[in-house]
Amino acid sequence: MIYREAGDFSSTYVEDSQTFPIKFDRYRYYLVLAVAFLVVPFVINDYWANAILLPFLIYAIAAIGLNILTGYCGQVSLGTGGFMAVGAYACYKLMTAFPDVNIFFHVILSGLITAGVGVLFGLPSLRIKGFYLAVATLAAQFFLVWLFNRVPWFYNYSASGQISAPERTLFGIEVTGPNTEAWATYLFCLVFLTGSAIIARNLTRGTLGRTWMAIRDMDIAAEIIGVNPLRAKLTAFAISSFFVGISGALFFAVYLGAVEVGEAFGIQKSFLVLFMVIIGGLGSIFGSFAGAAFLVLLPVVLKVVGADMLGWPTDIVAHLQLLIVGGLIITFLILEPHGLAQLWRVAKEKLRLWPFPH
Amino acid sequence: MKLRLTTLALGAVMAAGPVMADLVFPSLSYRTGAYAANGIPFADGYEDYFTLLNERDGGIGGVPVRVIECETGYNTEKGVECYESTKGEGSLVYQPLSTGITYQLIPKATADGIPVHSMGYGRTSAKNGEVFRNIFNYPANYWDGASVAIKHLLEQNGGDLSGKKIALVYHNSAYGKEPIRTLEELGKKHGYELMLLPVDHPGQEQKSQWLQVRRERPDYVIMYGWGVMNSVAIQEAVNIRFPMENFIGIWWSGSENDVLPAGAGADGYKALTFHNLGDDYPLYDDLRKYVVDAGKAAGAGDQLGTALYNRGMYAAMLAAEAAKTAQEIHGTKDITPAMMRDGMEALVIDEAKMESLGLPNFGPEFAASCENHGGDGRGAVAQWDAEAGEWNMITDYIDTDQEVISALIEEDSSAYASENNITPGCD
Repeated sequence: MIYREAGDFSSTYVEDSQTFPIKFDRYRYYLVLAVAFLVVPFVINDYWANAILLPFLIYAIAAIGLNILTGYCGQVSLGTGGFMAVGAYACYKLMTAFPDVNIFFHVILSGLITAGVGVLFGLPSLRIKGFYLAVATLAAQFFLVWLFNRVPWFYNYSASGQISAPERTLFGIEVTGPNTEAWATYLFCLVFLTGSAIIARNLTRGTLGRTWMAIRDMDIAAEIIGVNPLRAKLTAFAISSFFVGISGALFFAVYLGAVEVGEAFGIQKSFLVLFMVIIGGLGSIFGSFAGAAFLVLLPVVLKVVGADMLGWPTDIVAHLQLLIVGGLIITFLILEPHGLAQLWRVAKEKLRLWPFPH
Repeated sequence: MKLRLTTLALGAVMAAGPVMADLVFPSLSYRTGAYAANGIPFADGYEDYFTLLNERDGGIGGVPVRVIECETGYNTEKGVECYESTKGEGSLVYQPLSTGITYQLIPKATADGIPVHSMGYGRTSAKNGEVFRNIFNYPANYWDGASVAIKHLLEQNGGDLSGKKIALVYHNSAYGKEPIRTLEELGKKHGYELMLLPVDHPGQEQKSQWLQVRRERPDYVIMYGWGVMNSVAIQEAVNIRFPMENFIGIWWSGSENDVLPAGAGADGYKALTFHNLGDDYPLYDDLRKYVVDAGKAAGAGDQLGTALYNRGMYAAMLAAEAAKTAQEIHGTKDITPAMMRDGMEALVIDEAKMESLGLPNFGPEFAASCENHGGDGRGAVAQWDAEAGEWNMITDYIDTDQEVISALIEEDSSAYASENNITPGCD
């Protein structure tokens, strides 16, 4: 009753093939966009931006990227942290080498560079799959982190090996560096997230997405019906890395401002994004959002409740966080192996029948 | 579950007294993770000193102190979250005890006008206060540490290190990389050969590095390690029978937690320090009376007198003295972060002051100024006595090679200034 499609007729192909064919969904989507673009920037403060929203937006982009590769194309990757590092270091090198070019293009270019690197490390996927591919991408993770630590050119020979983002503006408003306004950084990342989500959503609904899913579901069968596995896998690696690279660039330039490769883009990052994708839901764009929100928000919520409101010792809260997040991950995987996205789908199904389930 | 008593006590004090703002000192601590063994004693010392001031003196200049603890886990992302969540509370000074988080906070805190005190860590060139207006790293920094270690070796070798081979085992991060440049410069000056052995976070696996030490046989090993890396390195050094008296750690590799796991083998291991060790000070009587025996100690209350507890306490003491100085300069008890910054810049620590605080002969004398946010950079060498289970200072405070270090600081800070469009100056 609350959620229904009765009386919602599409009379043209365009209407029928739009992203949200059900009116209610569409309006909800517009509402979310309106709130995100028109309301949040006016109420946001530094804490909300830097502690909650920026990490959420940036991790959501990374999760979308990984979801394309793992969720849609079925190629397990543990190299997300390494690819984020490529995005970050590409962005840093571009920002310092071409200070006059707009930061917006630097971020896009970093994505493209990462896509290239992703294709390179995706080549083994043509011969190996499953766990073995996971190990190959793990090698990418370690190699890339080692490379950025080892070769001083990447960090412009700074004494500490840290890279820090210089101040850059967009339409005269600072989006990187220390003097940024919360709303500016938020909107900058939000634009990238919205763009990524729309592109990803439409790619996965088109030919490309179908070939990925064919490869995921059974690669031999896909090959027999005429899907070119080389093309499908490498495009998946390229596009996935593109998004991951953008998220790495934003993570460095907008969110943290200064990073150290081993600490910021280590193996934990790869696992974190992988968990987001698994908890959110493999093969779902909404799942990427849900997973990122879950893993970014939960620790903050637990910290605020435990340490700030209840006044518990911070170390106990930190340990409880690990316990609770870990416990919830296991609970989720047992109760709903398809992630939060599936939960949402089931909820919609239930709402559709409510209040007269059959 | 044990509720944090200090918080309750402070809450009670605040509820009972008239409405008066308090002085907020955030403690970005880490009591979990691979660096917890080192993070806990420091955080305890930091908090206990402020608890003592509250209990004994009613705060600083009569204004109660509030310590907000926030767990960072030595992780920069959590550090940012902690910074953002505490800065609105009127935080006076940040001491993140992490070079990574310090790098993170330098631009942010400068933009927000809040001082950062990275005592013996962080960005070394922050010593140049003309560029880093809000960042302080007195009384000593990483490059001073490297110089003290080399001076000590020079002294042992009759002033000549030529032909010697010195290995640097370092945490492969901004922290560990800091001294490389200085050690290279000093190597040119004194003619020793430097060998670099990076150890990746968290540092539990160091077999290959120590195999290399065994093969190349350096005369001395200098270590810039932190957390679990320290104890592993010392254990590995014991395993390859590296002579412990030729193994020198920076002050962050010189706590009891680092040497105890290696047992008797660690006897003779040396570490630098920029403050005194042990608990033979009048202040400790007060600490025991007002804080520990009253059940108000931070954490488990079992860290008193350890090297890092002393350092945390020393950090709190310097912050409290700077706050006092700020109160005097501005003639108000209720200081803001900007006033705190002025207080830190005008901070003078001399023997009389330390004695009156119950810490005679505890640290070097120094005076901060706008040009010099880093003190005199003097450090001493301590040696571990495994049988007695204590550190002994074996040298006096050693003056560092300021000729080499100042040039490097000038170079690095002016690079930062030009990158960030800062006009150096003391207005």
